[in-house]
Amino acid sequence: MADRRRHYDQQGDEQVSNGHLAPRPGFVLDVDRTSPPIVFHHGEGFRLEKLPADRTRVIYPAEPLEGLADPDGAIREALLNPLGDSEPLPALLRPGMKLTIAFDDISLPLPPMRRPDIRQRVIEAVLDLAAEAGVDDVHLIAALAIHRRMTEDELRHAVGDRVYDAFAPSGRLYNHDAEDPDGMVILGQTPHGEDVQFSRRAAESDLVVYVNINLVAMDGGHKSTATGLSGYTSLRHHHNVHTMENSRSFMDQENSALHASNWRMGKVLRDADIRIFQIETTVNNNTFGREGPMSMLQKREWEWSAKDRASFLGMQQGLRIMPSKAKRKAFSSWQAPYELTSVQAGEIEAVHEVTTANVYRQHLVPVEGQTDVLTMGLPYICPYNVNSIMNPILVMCLGLGYFFNLYRGKPLVREGGVLIMGHPTPWEFHPVHHPSYIDFFEQVLADTTDPAEIEKRWEKQFAEDEWYIHLYRTSYAYHGVHPFYMWYWGAHALQHLGRVIVVGGEVAAVRRMGFQPASTLQDALEMATDVVGPQPTITHVKNPPIFMADVS
Amino acid sequence: MNKMRLQVAKARARVARLGFPLRAAPVPTGVEPPPPVRRTGTAYDTDWARSQPARVARLALVEGVMRPIMAAFASPAVKGLDRLDRLDGPVIFAANHHSHADTPLLLTTVPEPWRHRLVVGAAADYFFRTRIGGSVAALAMGAIPIERTKVGRQSASLATDLIGDGWSLLIFPEGGRSPDGWGQPFRGGAAYLANRCGVPVVPVHLQGTGRILRKGRKLPQPSRTTVTFGDPLLPGEGEVSRAFATRLEAAVAALADEATSDWWQARLRAHAGTSPDLTGPDIGAWRRVWALGDRERKAMRNKRGWPEL
Repeated sequence: MADRRRHYDQQGDEQVSNGHLAPRPGFVLDVDRTSPPIVFHHGEGFRLEKLPADRTRVIYPAEPLEGLADPDGAIREALLNPLGDSEPLPALLRPGMKLTIAFDDISLPLPPMRRPDIRQRVIEAVLDLAAEAGVDDVHLIAALAIHRRMTEDELRHAVGDRVYDAFAPSGRLYNHDAEDPDGMVILGQTPHGEDVQFSRRAAESDLVVYVNINLVAMDGGHKSTATGLSGYTSLRHHHNVHTMENSRSFMDQENSALHASNWRMGKVLRDADIRIFQIETTVNNNTFGREGPMSMLQKREWEWSAKDRASFLGMQQGLRIMPSKAKRKAFSSWQAPYELTSVQAGEIEAVHEVTTANVYRQHLVPVEGQTDVLTMGLPYICPYNVNSIMNPILVMCLGLGYFFNLYRGKPLVREGGVLIMGHPTPWEFHPVHHPSYIDFFEQVLADTTDPAEIEKRWEKQFAEDEWYIHLYRTSYAYHGVHPFYMWYWGAHALQHLGRVIVVGGEVAAVRRMGFQPASTLQDALEMATDVVGPQPTITHVKNPPIFMADVS
Repeated sequence: MNKMRLQVAKARARVARLGFPLRAAPVPTGVEPPPPVRRTGTAYDTDWARSQPARVARLALVEGVMRPIMAAFASPAVKGLDRLDRLDGPVIFAANHHSHADTPLLLTTVPEPWRHRLVVGAAADYFFRTRIGGSVAALAMGAIPIERTKVGRQSASLATDLIGDGWSLLIFPEGGRSPDGWGQPFRGGAAYLANRCGVPVVPVHLQGTGRILRKGRKLPQPSRTTVTFGDPLLPGEGEVSRAFATRLEAAVAALADEATSDWWQARLRAHAGTSPDLTGPDIGAWRRVWALGDRERKAMRNKRGWPEL
């Protein structure tokens, strides 16, 4: 512990590089009696928690890396100097060709970024080259697989008004529809017998340009196209309990069965002569801004200024008296001032290798060994509730799926350990966005919480339900099978952990998911001793801003 | 009324009867009078209009008077502000010119940090013809006198000095308001200043202001307007002002195309060199007006939130 503390002290010194303070890397703080209370995200609110001294460590994310000074210049440079065996984009464009530009949907980045969105910058650069080459037949597709359709405002935010006004009115900018019988095509099977289903428009295009935002290490690569432009027929092969339980973790591509399956599907796409020009981007950790009302959330507690403390106290008081709808609206309106840290284009695998290195450059924090208990405060947002409600299933998915899996090597908590997560977990669902979640929660989870059992008995019924398919295609609903995938997302954690405790959650909702409710963190730690014994060691992940633990 | 006129005439006669030194001595016959010190036109000194009190007064005028008037008469839609994201320091905004409403519209839509540190190149022979007119223009718009027929040394060095001091410049390179709704060829002033000062030029296209207060009209008429900011342009290495002005005109023409069609079609035509000309077809006057047609801004948003079932 002492060694680690010294390690932090060395890193904590302000480093000077090119006249600027260099961003400090993430670090591990060993909690002692002098350590301040730590801020836990708690849905649309926060908790200040005093963690037990001498047996707790807190992992802090790295400070935001410097953004690129000239993002538009960097994008153009990447398009003209691609990686791998790809030709520069202008050489791939010609009059009379069919061009499809697919882009990541509303689930990226989180929270949504301030305008101009990176997708807008990249798409405008690509279209400008296409215009120069005289390409007329261009379609733009939000590659959302079985996520909900994006609204006009969301599409405008992602691609910008100029692109939207130029393409949407004539029906050339639209959401992917994975249930359109005429719009999807089967391109073949992988050697593992996995069907590869793909958007017909993309399959029939001379060139597919994919515009990605790589927020975490799971994103990008073949997953962009093989998942984003596919449907249930393909997804069921890797979005299942077996794959999730065998991904250690799904954030670590080298050890992820999810990625292995996507890579196999990517090879089928390549063999089917689908030409893909992949453009991947990474952003820094500037989630809450270096200045402004939320900036204290990406500072270390002992570095808060008087202004930060006053802002936090004011915010706490305000949140205390605000109704939950108003709080949700206020938090949803936050747009992150993310900055582009890298952009690379060309052949998928070559591009993704560099992208992943850039993600790791921002996110990786070295951590030694595992502990008995893992604690986390869950924020108000996850990939599936942008402009929506964080329902209990998404709470599970964020905690046991995303945050638990943000590791490389081994989990931060030992096998049989306890996960304590804080979130209000309201029994509340967005009726338009999450209709099948309601039935999943009321009907399926009332019956069993075992992912394998759920998959076997219920998945097909929900996936093929005509009403859910209708809502997915014509309304703004997630596909009927989506809540199943959210549950499977936590399958590895459920298999690994001895108990899951939710602090401050709605008791009935927490119990429905098979977890234990606790009023306070102290109560939860006390309850955890039943599983892991007295005086357990504890790791707290202070996330977001996002980090990924590199556990040795 | 007649009585009052009589009184005024009598007062004038009394003043006329006053002799020197109570009034100026007449120039003796045969003596060449000294040239009068010109204090109008390009010689008008606008320094005072950039003092702190004048800037505060202008801020109050722009925000308190022009903005509500523009909101009422022009309901501006502002596009392309994101293109200015990476700009830093002084710039030259170069816009097409249809109406007296153009300047107040731009003074209220140019984003910070440029809005309140902006001078406007105004025709010296029009706005600064009298000292009162010049003072009003300098105070209300931050106008500086610019010769519109040529790049005059005096106005060029004033603009250069101001840009050097961190002021941005708004200029209408057409040199005057459109006489018939079509644009006029760009003159070289903006390009020359950009070359001389090494600052970027932001092309700006204004649509719809001609219907508010076009040349020859006395009373304004409400109309919807669109202000489109383009990508900043820098003169290329060795690029002469004339060539840069042509490029600038093409950029504004592409923005005009974007405002009347869409961004993609405009880019296709811009790259193919077929963007519609700002100056319109070279045909007879009535046919030019006929060809102007209906250039209304099309509805931009589909208000319906739900898809067709």
